[in-house]
Amino acid sequence: MSDHDTDETLEDLPLAALPLDAWHRACGARMVPFAGYAMPIQYEGILAEHKWTRENAGLFDVSHMGQLLLSGPDLDAAVEAVLPIDLSTLKLGQQRYSLLLDENGGVLDDLMVSRWPEALYLVVNGATKWDDIGTLRVALPDDITIHHMDEHALLALQGPKAVDALARHVPEAAGLTFMKFGRFKLAGHDVTIARAGYTGEDGFEISLPAAVAAEVADLLCAEPEVKPIGLGARDSLRLEAGLPLYGHDLSPETSPIEAGLTFGINKRRRTEGGFPGAERIIREINEGPARRWVGLTIEGRLPAREGAEVFAGAQKIGKVTSGGFSPTLQVPIALAYVASAHAAIGTQIEVAVRGKRLAATVTPTPFVPHRYYRGS
Amino acid sequence: MRYFTDEHEWIEVDGEVATVGITDYAQGQLGDIVFVELPPVGTAITKGKDAAVVESVKAASDVYAPIDGEVTEINSALEEDPALVNTAPEAEGWFFRMTIADAGQLTELMDAAAYKAFIESL
Repeated sequence: MSDHDTDETLEDLPLAALPLDAWHRACGARMVPFAGYAMPIQYEGILAEHKWTRENAGLFDVSHMGQLLLSGPDLDAAVEAVLPIDLSTLKLGQQRYSLLLDENGGVLDDLMVSRWPEALYLVVNGATKWDDIGTLRVALPDDITIHHMDEHALLALQGPKAVDALARHVPEAAGLTFMKFGRFKLAGHDVTIARAGYTGEDGFEISLPAAVAAEVADLLCAEPEVKPIGLGARDSLRLEAGLPLYGHDLSPETSPIEAGLTFGINKRRRTEGGFPGAERIIREINEGPARRWVGLTIEGRLPAREGAEVFAGAQKIGKVTSGGFSPTLQVPIALAYVASAHAAIGTQIEVAVRGKRLAATVTPTPFVPHRYYRGS
Repeated sequence: MRYFTDEHEWIEVDGEVATVGITDYAQGQLGDIVFVELPPVGTAITKGKDAAVVESVKAASDVYAPIDGEVTEINSALEEDPALVNTAPEAEGWFFRMTIADAGQLTELMDAAAYKAFIESL
């Protein structure tokens, strides 16, 4: 028995330890290499953890992600030259999805941008954070400070009961709506809580000093709704939610328009341009991209994984970038780039897995509806 | 008599026929299994070469033939309930039965005590 996936496990490099490393091990996690860290892939099992998060609340340690604080003179103009975001509409207390693009409009990273007083707070992917810091340092003027908040941990509390569990400790958190954040006291510590996440469920992301992360994780997991959840379920949850994973669904070889992330190019920027890759991005918005990132529902029970080729008859029309068995829907689902002519919802295509052709249908995403809290 | 491979397959020999599956250790490493692809009856399989594929939630993994032989029966229960491999890997979650082309190959495998020592060393 051996894994097909060799993946980018960085096996030869020493792994860094997360602030909660010992906490994960004490909780019974199986640790695996990811983004240069030893990270918990699962505790009791991916299916059980997936189901628990969809029905209750799961606590995810995402401290491998990069938390960056940008500050300095004419900050908005400087950042708008680097990101296709409209900062004039990003108010204090708001968070927004954005993209770091290269000169060809390829995706270097996807990220969150939040308006703090006198600063912008960015959350970037773990595997790309060092490159991102380099890219930003070169692209931003010297008088813009980039502070890497590597003394901070990041916890995500996700699921329909996340609000119940968190509100017992931070009552004001229940008043946040999707993509809003605030500074609060949690167990006496200063924390930043955003109502956001990567599972498709309602939930929160909590930025806090690394030194108190274990104390807060214990406190939250003592709530009856909350269990620790590993990277494995994080991946199956985000797949069902139709959310892209950088390095798999997004890369310098893909454009955000192909990926259906046009909302990440804010409206004013679509006409004004002035960001890396603007020429291609604006052309693709106007003319349509040659290929599109779509959801696939696959017949049978055999999952199609990343790299599986997609066919319309004899013609190869694309490639799967993420795929697996959906624990919620109990069918294999996948995300794939396919030629635009075959991207319409309902199109019947085939996916090749180990010499077999599996029938598949282009399906709307998210596969499992998002349940974000946008206010009552 | 039951033998084990260092790739975590088990093979139970009963006269002329052997039953093959993966070990409890293997299923624990794989996690939740969602699909098992078995070789059609009549397939000639070769020691150390791919014989089946298990798909867990997170990845696909090859299962190798512990010895040479021909597949005589597959566990059709796995089609409906692949999670049998998690709940009863060394019993109801068996994969396939096969002929034994060369009984001598069995002596190259581990017995239960040797396999136990092997997984403790991992």
